Amino acid sequence: MDITEYFSLVFSDYTLRTITLGTAILGAVTGMLGSFAVLRKQSLLGDAISHAALPGIAIAFLITGAKDSNTLLLGALVSGLIGTFWIRGIVKKTHLKSDTALGLILSLFFGFGMLLLTFIQKQPNANQAGLDKYLFGQAATLVESDVWLMAIITGLCLFVLLLFWKEFKILLFDADYTKTLGFNTKFIDVLITSFIVLAIVLGLQTVGVVLMSAMLLAPAAAARQWTNSLSTMVLLAAVFGAFSGVFGTAISASQTNLSTGPVIVLVASVFVFFSFVFSPSRGLLFKQIRVIKNRRDLELHKTLSFMYHIAETHDNISHPHAIKLLNNFQGYTKSTLQKLVEKDYVKLEGKMWRLTETGFNTAANLYTKQSTDDE
Amino acid sequence: MKTKIAVKVDDLTVAYNYKPVLWDIDLEIPEGVLMAIVGPNGAGKSTLIKSILGILKPIAGSVTIYGKPYEKQRRLVAYVPQKGSVDWDFPTTALDVVMMGTYGSLGWIKRPRQKEKKAALEALEKVGMLAFKGRQISQLSGGQQQRIFLARALVQNASIYFMDEPFQGVDATTEIAIINILKELRKAGKTVIVVHHDLQTVPEYFDWVTFLNVKKIATGPVKDIFNDDNLTKTYGINYKVSIQE
Ligand SMILES: Nc1ncnc2c1ncn2[C@@H]1O[C@H](COP(=O)(O)OP(=O)(O)OP(=O)(O)O)[C@@H](O)[C@H]1O
Ligand SMILES: [Mg+2]
Repeated sequence: MDITEYFSLVFSDYTLRTITLGTAILGAVTGMLGSFAVLRKQSLLGDAISHAALPGIAIAFLITGAKDSNTLLLGALVSGLIGTFWIRGIVKKTHLKSDTALGLILSLFFGFGMLLLTFIQKQPNANQAGLDKYLFGQAATLVESDVWLMAIITGLCLFVLLLFWKEFKILLFDADYTKTLGFNTKFIDVLITSFIVLAIVLGLQTVGVVLMSAMLLAPAAAARQWTNSLSTMVLLAAVFGAFSGVFGTAISASQTNLSTGPVIVLVASVFVFFSFVFSPSRGLLFKQIRVIKNRRDLELHKTLSFMYHIAETHDNISHPHAIKLLNNFQGYTKSTLQKLVEKDYVKLEGKMWRLTETGFNTAANLYTKQSTDDE
Repeated sequence: MKTKIAVKVDDLTVAYNYKPVLWDIDLEIPEGVLMAIVGPNGAGKSTLIKSILGILKPIAGSVTIYGKPYEKQRRLVAYVPQKGSVDWDFPTTALDVVMMGTYGSLGWIKRPRQKEKKAALEALEKVGMLAFKGRQISQLSGGQQQRIFLARALVQNASIYFMDEPFQGVDATTEIAIINILKELRKAGKTVIVVHHDLQTVPEYFDWVTFLNVKKIATGPVKDIFNDDNLTKTYGINYKVSIQE
């Protein structure tokens, strides 16, 4: 199947439609919530939560013996929440840095989860196979009810986001100040964090423990590059996430032996790469171009002001001077002189140059203009 | 006539870890003063303000605002945090930050409307930043960011203002603009408490001063207690400031 075939099938084929919808919704909700994690500089949080969810899956399996994804995800949710609130507790009580606490919980829970998985693997129970899909995800196992669950939670998340938008925004920007205004910052914080845990747990079946945090971070990091408004950022992150889901599914469906989760994450990374390079205001490319342009402008201005100081010594500002004079000036090149001529600041006559009226006035205003630009 | 006490701190002790950074502070701030809190780096000035505002929980002691606990008097108090306490690369505009000053009176869920926007614009105008209202906050200079924070507190329309180093990193013009606003607030009967580092300007700007270094060294009118003795006790070295009258 190639990509065009995929897009013609996506509306009619049940499996494809389910997977595509599922990954799109998942991408949207993780992108949205990821914006909050990114802005709070809690990039590791997603990693910690998803890894902390693993023992929950194993324990849920051990207790119920069921492979039903909802039961297992409930286990994941519980252990994810426990891990998250332990992290908060550790930071509060011990004054360890938050990334230390995140790392600690991450390795502790993941280690324990792996231990349990190995234990389950050794059991003679035939049911055991399939638990390790939660490590790297297996989008093909998504069924319609999973997608419904995702849609409901996404809707709920959107509702809460809109309801508490003002509170979320101010908490993200200035938590201490928010507290002095009388808001219960702990409640807002727990609300955001709980939704992040929920979204991550939802994605475990599709993307897996190991790569889940990328779903949280990549769309948001990409979106941040394009906008200076929080609402646009959240919206863009949702769109990038959804597109990553759809394209990732399309690409992996059109090739054999490409698992969906990693491809989705790769697509999301392409969004990040593209955004970091090409964003007009924050991208590396345009930044570099601006640096080069500024340097050129500076050279030009320096040459012009050097000429201005020479011209100043004469009553007639357009008195011709020898080009040779400029050779003493570091930074002078033939091309800068050419540029000045093009801009009509300078006229050349044989081996002589003279400033034009515009050139003289521009040079005279250079320094005052620069200082007002800084304001 | 006896003036009212705006802020009263009793036996306040605060610690982040085991070692107290504020030790048994008693403080009474009369209504209507423009007060400087001075002390060396790490003296606990920010900590004192944060404890009064309920951001930090003290180990011991109590704080009252006009005789009642802070939780009951929030609407009377506005806060200008130390500028470095937030990430200025946050995706929002100057006007938006100033609007945050209205969130407290709005309460949960309700969105700011025309009335709040008008108040924010007025505050921006007062600090001379109206022209920058739509500017992304990362593209403001340090002094401009400081003025945005001041405007956000002004919007709260409080009776008592706590400001943590509002003069940090501002140029002479901005400093004068800010101190004029503070003096106006005092004229309107408000109480203004400012963490201040430039000892030279204390007598010129303030009428009340508190010396702090883990313990409270002294508090009172500038003309009575702003002397070399208290400065030496606070800063530990022999301090000589020529006090200009
Ligand atoms: N979050 C924190 N965790 C642990 N210790 C802290 C924390 N914040 C401040 N401290 C310590 O508490 C003491 C007082 O800090 P505080 O910020 O109140 O000082 P300050 O007087 O405002 O100093 P500065 O003039 O540098 O702003 C310092 O020794 C500081 O190291
Ligand atoms: Mg401080």
